[in-house]
Amino acid sequence: MSRISDYLNRVFSDRTADETRTDGGVVAGEDRTERGSADRLFDRINARFGDDFVESLPFWFPPFFLVGLFVYGAILWNLLISLTDYEGFAQAPDYSNLDFEMYVRAVSDSGTVDAALNTIILLVVFTLATLIVGLGLAILIDRGIRFENTFRTIYLLPMSLSFVVTAQFWLWMYNYNSGIVNLAFGTFGIGPIDWIGNQQIVLWAVIFALMWQFSGYAMVVYLAGLRAIPNEHYEAAKVDGASTLKMYWRVIIPQLKSATIGAAVVLMVFALKAFDFLYSLTANYRPPNGADILATKMVREAYSNQNWAYAAAIAIILFFMALSVIGPYLTYQYRRGNL
Amino acid sequence: MNANNLRRRVDTGRLGLYTLLIALIVLYLTPIETGLVTSFKTSSAITGTAPYTPPLSGNATLEKWQIAIDALLRGMGNSLLYAVPATIISAFFGSIAAYGLTITNWKMRYKLPLLALFVAGIFIPYQAVLVPLSQFWAQIAPLEEWLSFVWALGVNTDYVGILELIITHVAYGIPICTILFRSYYKNISTEMVESARLNGATLRRVYQRIVFPLSTPMFAVVLIYQFTQIWNDLLFTLILVASESSAAAPVVLILAGLGQSLEGQDFGLRMAGAFFAALPTLGVYIMFGEEFAEGVAT
Repeated sequence: MSRISDYLNRVFSDRTADETRTDGGVVAGEDRTERGSADRLFDRINARFGDDFVESLPFWFPPFFLVGLFVYGAILWNLLISLTDYEGFAQAPDYSNLDFEMYVRAVSDSGTVDAALNTIILLVVFTLATLIVGLGLAILIDRGIRFENTFRTIYLLPMSLSFVVTAQFWLWMYNYNSGIVNLAFGTFGIGPIDWIGNQQIVLWAVIFALMWQFSGYAMVVYLAGLRAIPNEHYEAAKVDGASTLKMYWRVIIPQLKSATIGAAVVLMVFALKAFDFLYSLTANYRPPNGADILATKMVREAYSNQNWAYAAAIAIILFFMALSVIGPYLTYQYRRGNL
Repeated sequence: MNANNLRRRVDTGRLGLYTLLIALIVLYLTPIETGLVTSFKTSSAITGTAPYTPPLSGNATLEKWQIAIDALLRGMGNSLLYAVPATIISAFFGSIAAYGLTITNWKMRYKLPLLALFVAGIFIPYQAVLVPLSQFWAQIAPLEEWLSFVWALGVNTDYVGILELIITHVAYGIPICTILFRSYYKNISTEMVESARLNGATLRRVYQRIVFPLSTPMFAVVLIYQFTQIWNDLLFTLILVASESSAAAPVVLILAGLGQSLEGQDFGLRMAGAFFAALPTLGVYIMFGEEFAEGVAT
């Protein structure tokens, strides 16, 4: 701290008569007419955008440029590629003949339609289930228990693991002959069930595994939301004679709206791009039959079948699905002044 | 209702609560427990004994761990080679971007669209940029050609993948790092910054002397979060390094294909490999659980 105030004093005593300089830099010269045209340009830009605009550029522009190039530039480029017929081992797409052929192909390809349906099932069921389990965990942990940190750490633990790692665990859990899941069902006289091999079941098995991994995340978000609710709200509900269940349903849960929205967006967008887990189940671009989603289909079309333009078209469809989640979320955050 | 009765009711409620919490812990740890015991069992014990029982003296073996470590150790080194620099660089970029967009004084009207682009950047599905990304590294920035002098020194050309992974992870990590730092900078006291600015300190000085030192707790959160994300990611390694037999193959890429052969799956080996590959992130999580929780929750 003393170093900072020393520095401030030094700068303060060095200040000269030139009051128009807003950046506090070295004074250009005694005669103001000698100021460079660049300085005058900067002043005009600052007058439009705000005092610190030019001086703040070196901070935010390089990162912004990288993001602009790699995220937004790449999406536009991807859109362009999706309009070509680029496939096979050619070096680069031919941009001379652009059409929507690949999108027509996507709509008429039953594999893509099935993958889109699976994507939507995964998105809806996984998000709802994870939110409900996460909320349940958060409420239990928020009841003033001992060893709260230990419980929280264990529930959140799966979230720190790679999908490649958890896929190995669940392959073993779901193993037909020796897995714990079939062992447990066996004690009730059910099964054995081929969790990964049966294409009617595999998607649900995957959703359960992903819910195991992500419910700790939802719990942490809800816990932060619960902690922000004043104690009086609980007490008021108690005084009114509401049962615990009623208190949560009527009083507490409605106040968790923004936590729910934040967590739901993260979970939904994750569901859209879930690739690592499905790939790792088979160590192949083709996930188990019945668990193909657009994210895996896109990567397979590109890097296994070299159908680059077709893959780009699927990617654009996926992008718009993500946008339909992100767009309203951004508007919501903007309205609340939260950006 | 007398006080004693009420007390007893509360106690049974508490008992139920703790029973439920512990039952849930058992449920959450089951996949990890069964994996851990299986990784120490001989192949015959894996199919012959219950999947949750610990290995007994005759059934215990370290063989699977030895094979797994042999297969994965070079991958660990490769993963560190890109995960550490990419984590540090993306955190730094996130910090300065958040500083330039939060603490500096220019019109919110113009900051908002930029912030919206950063927030949206967190959620973009990587699939939407993969084909251009491959094209970019092949056509526009062919690092392999540019760096021919490096390969001449005897470095395996596969390591170009590591360099591409660093830059790629930095670029896609910046949005989340920026937003994490922004949430922190929004709440730090502006008094010191304002008085420094009034006294004519440059933005650079303010960052170096005031904002950066104050950011230490957030750097811990961001570094831990980013390291876990980058270490765990498979998709980019698959696209940029491609082959698990590559000299530069990261650990997740090798692990994905470990223990699979035509004769069947060696689950002991898979479990040992999974634990070995997870050790760095598990270690980070156990040591810095609080920071990790803060990172995911923001």
